[in-house]
Amino acid sequence: MALKIVKGSIDRMFDKNLQDLVRGIRNHKEDEAKYISTCIDEIKQELKQDNIAVKANAVCKLTYLQMLGYDVSWAAFNIVEVMSSSKFTYKVSCSQLQLQSVDAVLITTIINSVSLPLVTQDLSSPNQYDTGVALTGLSCFVTPDLARDLASDIMTLMSHTKPYIRKKAVLIMYKVFLKYPESLRPAFPRLKEKLEDPDPGVQSAAVNVICELARRNPKNYLSLAPLFFKLMTSSTNNWVLIKIIKLFGALTPLEPRLGKKLIEPLTNLIHRALDLLYGMVSKKNLMEIVKKLMLHVDKAEGTTYRDELLTKIIDICSQSNYQYITNFEWYISILVELTRLEGTRHGHLIASQMLDVAIRVKAIRVFAVAQMATLLDNGHLLTGNMQRNGICEVLYAAAWICGEFSEHLEDPMQTLEAMLRPKVATLPGHIQAVYVQNAAKLFATVLRKQEGTTDSLAAQETSQLLIDRLPLFVQSANLEVQERASCILQLVKYIQKLQQKEVEVAEEVTALFAGELNPVAPKAQKKVPVPDGLDLDAWINEPPSESESEDEKPKAIFTKEEPKHTRPRHTEVDEKELARRREARKQEQANNPFYIKTSPSSQKVYQDQPGVEHIPVVQIDLSVPLKVPGMPMSDQYLKLEEERRQKERSERKKKEKKKKREKHGRGRRADSGPESEEDITPAHHVDIVTEEMPEVCWVLLQSGYFIPQVMSAQFLFQKSTKHKKKKQKKEKEEKEKKKKKKHHHHHHHHHHHLHSADESVQNGTVEEEEEPLPVRTWPSLLTHVYDVQGNLQDGSQVVVSVIFENKTDHFLKSMEFNVLDSLNSKLQRPEGSSPHDGLAVPFQLPPGVSNEARFVFSVQSIVMPQKLKGTLTFIVKTEDASTHEKLDFKLHFTCTSYLITTPCYSDAYAKLLESGELKSSSLKLEGVIMPFHHLLARICFHHHFSVVERIDSCASMYSRSIQGHHVCLLVKTVSTRPPYISSLLL
Amino acid sequence: MIKAILIFNNHGKPRLSKFYEHYSEDTEQQIIRETFHLVSKRDENVCNFLEGGMLIGGSDNKLIYRHYATLYFVFCVDSSESELGILDLIQVFVETLDKCFENVCELDLIFHVDKVHHILSEMVMGGMVLETNMNEIITHVDAQNKMEKSEVRAASEARVLSIIILI
Repeated sequence: MALKIVKGSIDRMFDKNLQDLVRGIRNHKEDEAKYISTCIDEIKQELKQDNIAVKANAVCKLTYLQMLGYDVSWAAFNIVEVMSSSKFTYKVSCSQLQLQSVDAVLITTIINSVSLPLVTQDLSSPNQYDTGVALTGLSCFVTPDLARDLASDIMTLMSHTKPYIRKKAVLIMYKVFLKYPESLRPAFPRLKEKLEDPDPGVQSAAVNVICELARRNPKNYLSLAPLFFKLMTSSTNNWVLIKIIKLFGALTPLEPRLGKKLIEPLTNLIHRALDLLYGMVSKKNLMEIVKKLMLHVDKAEGTTYRDELLTKIIDICSQSNYQYITNFEWYISILVELTRLEGTRHGHLIASQMLDVAIRVKAIRVFAVAQMATLLDNGHLLTGNMQRNGICEVLYAAAWICGEFSEHLEDPMQTLEAMLRPKVATLPGHIQAVYVQNAAKLFATVLRKQEGTTDSLAAQETSQLLIDRLPLFVQSANLEVQERASCILQLVKYIQKLQQKEVEVAEEVTALFAGELNPVAPKAQKKVPVPDGLDLDAWINEPPSESESEDEKPKAIFTKEEPKHTRPRHTEVDEKELARRREARKQEQANNPFYIKTSPSSQKVYQDQPGVEHIPVVQIDLSVPLKVPGMPMSDQYLKLEEERRQKERSERKKKEKKKKREKHGRGRRADSGPESEEDITPAHHVDIVTEEMPEVCWVLLQSGYFIPQVMSAQFLFQKSTKHKKKKQKKEKEEKEKKKKKKHHHHHHHHHHHLHSADESVQNGTVEEEEEPLPVRTWPSLLTHVYDVQGNLQDGSQVVVSVIFENKTDHFLKSMEFNVLDSLNSKLQRPEGSSPHDGLAVPFQLPPGVSNEARFVFSVQSIVMPQKLKGTLTFIVKTEDASTHEKLDFKLHFTCTSYLITTPCYSDAYAKLLESGELKSSSLKLEGVIMPFHHLLARICFHHHFSVVERIDSCASMYSRSIQGHHVCLLVKTVSTRPPYISSLLL
Repeated sequence: MIKAILIFNNHGKPRLSKFYEHYSEDTEQQIIRETFHLVSKRDENVCNFLEGGMLIGGSDNKLIYRHYATLYFVFCVDSSESELGILDLIQVFVETLDKCFENVCELDLIFHVDKVHHILSEMVMGGMVLETNMNEIITHVDAQNKMEKSEVRAASEARVLSIIILI
């Protein structure tokens, strides 16, 4: 029985460990204080026991009670006693107690007398954790006496083999230094040594200690700066880095040279921090973060760091399509604020952001324009110092925005004035160019406002202002500026003349810059589904065989021209052809970053195909949405574009001239309704000249750095193609009506004569299947389209490209092409073959497939039109049999087939006319109702002429035959009557 | 220097307190209360650093805290410590606790405050940061736990022995 009691009491005492105590306290919520007091009584009992394990348990519980705020100082002696135990467990619990709460004087003596030997003994224990715990415990109650007595022991431990002991010893040395400063001097070399300890933990501890010491007396630690510098650049431990930076913070005031040294590693660190910022912004905190960064920008001393901040701000703001910007006015203001930075290299960046935002966020334009106007007004601040020229790039953006969106300007006149200040001439050339160009836009806006108020005098004064100021730019050394300025100057002079006659010009001048800039998502095209049955990888035409391509090499410049006009009855072919080419072009455009990808509303051409209307337009999620609307383009757009591109390919020069005419057409449409189409006023003529300018400007913008390529490309597109479609439409309508009569007279050194060609002379017209028989046998069995091209290298050769299309359901093979040679024209056959042999077409045609073959003809005289009869023989393979078939056709070689588009300058042209070597003849055409510029375009396109000069409704044109004949053509419209064509031939 | 490390719950109940400077028990309790009041009224999305309370030393001292679920981990430090460094240290501390307790929760801290002290003593010694590498900390904690266990086993054997002797 007695045994049971004894055992029970022992167990109870034992069992009431820390967990029991905690549980008990939680179970006595109402009378916690009372419960704890009984517990403390128990602990006192436990401490009186001899069993050290019981004592240790008691000490452990005391630690907990101490945390709860109970006084445990009465147990100090016992704690030290437990500490001295040989058992690790017990010591651990003691080291957790805050022993300094122990009555200082009394207990210090106890500790000194009792624990010193014990601690010393522990310090040399073979077990690293025994020593570790001793050190931990010591760190809690280092007294000056202990410090003095233990200093040398701890110093020895600093070189212990175990890094665990080393780092603890290093750390505790700081406490020792505090209590016993004399120890610092002897210990310092060793401490310094620990900075380069192989163990990062020890290193870190040493850094900690030195940083703490240096904080008290930085001067003494200056000598360590190189060592710390090395650590800073090599360490990957964040804690150590932070500590070192803190230390340098204390050291740099004492040693200014240190600051410079630190810039690089510190900026690297800041860099990392800034990168973090990039990831942590949200709509909520963006403004705040940027505000903070702006403060740093203001404070920053080094330009490198400031530029770094600047790019970071812009990066952060513009990331994911301005995803986090909720207020673009704010962003514009930030950008404007950034322009006040001196000597930044990032003017470009700011400028591009300004442009991007102003273009893409329509709602912001009013605000942006106002800000930009202010910027322009204060432009001198930015340009004042040549050192700052990096920032003057923003003037580029400012000028452009003010010009392009000038309708939003409050006082366009003032901005115009600001843009024409003489000081502008000190800006870099490309900026001046934009200034000049946009001054013209502003001028248009100002004119419109002034004419609206019927204040004609003011309008004239505005013109005068430009006339006064522009000559400065005309003298510019920069070609771009000079060119634009002189163009605009002439334009303005002309306008002024009109103004003096009290003609209202504002509308027309504004029309020069009509057309809006719409952004399109760069990937919009990719979302357009590929129509059914379209294989984008299939060849449109089989790649030409080796031998053939060799053959054609010298004619390379002409091979790009493809036949594209067919008679109406072959429209089916035409459609197919077009569809193919369209796709080919689409592909090409998709791969061409400078090409705008068509957007939904422009897809009317495809409307018969399913799903095209649902082309997704990217909507960017913003409270001020960056709308990406489709371009308003008519259904003719694609066809036009095709034509444009082909022309562009074949003859660049010709194309340019055409454009002028096309623009001209647009200009007319835009303004004066009552004027007849043929009646072209001089004002339009001027339009042509100046309208070339904006486009040049756009191209420059595009090739430059700011507008996202897609956007600018689109703009280019809009401006240049709008008018084309109109032209295209007309051309179609008038196709049949067109009957051009030409009277060509020829007079050459060799005195050749060219007969007039009184018939349709369209190049590339399908002329096949005139003979009824084969057509009936195989209705629309095979069609071919052809095109005749002169060869510049060889004056006696023309190349005929023929596209064969198999419209049957059968396989066609063994095609042979043969032409009955005339005296003048002969089909070139391989050597050794007789003049009656046909030429094998180098491909076979599966059903529905088309392919192109080229045939070379040698011609002697090119001054007469010719018709060649030919036959195409082929084998039709049906399931059970194959039949041999033939098809007759005629090839028309018109005189103009032999012409090659050659540009000619007006002075050279004048000399030609003066030379007297030209033979002339003239011809009047009636019933031509197409607009004059269309007519010119057609002559250029189909007959390979180029326009030399055009004045009102007269034009002089030039071309050159493959044999070097000069052909001059004067075309004139006789008032409302059809154009009158006269030609001169040399 | 770190002056104190406090862990308390959302109601201000202390779950761990470690002072590296000497204060009376009363002051310690007041510091815990004051710190709780300073920290608990702050929004979740505001800065994790603030000026220390008057009791712990006023404006020269900073409180760096993090709030995890029901617990606040607060470090009171002087100006020689970097806020971000300490914030990182709190993270290391919590991650270490999480490793040692496997999904640490408030109850773990309540019933095993001795272990928490133990872990902390491997990170901070006498107010100085000893180790910031979690793996290193865990290695040493585990090694010492093993030592303890073997001693406890020995102790219980001894206890049985002593009981037998008593009998």
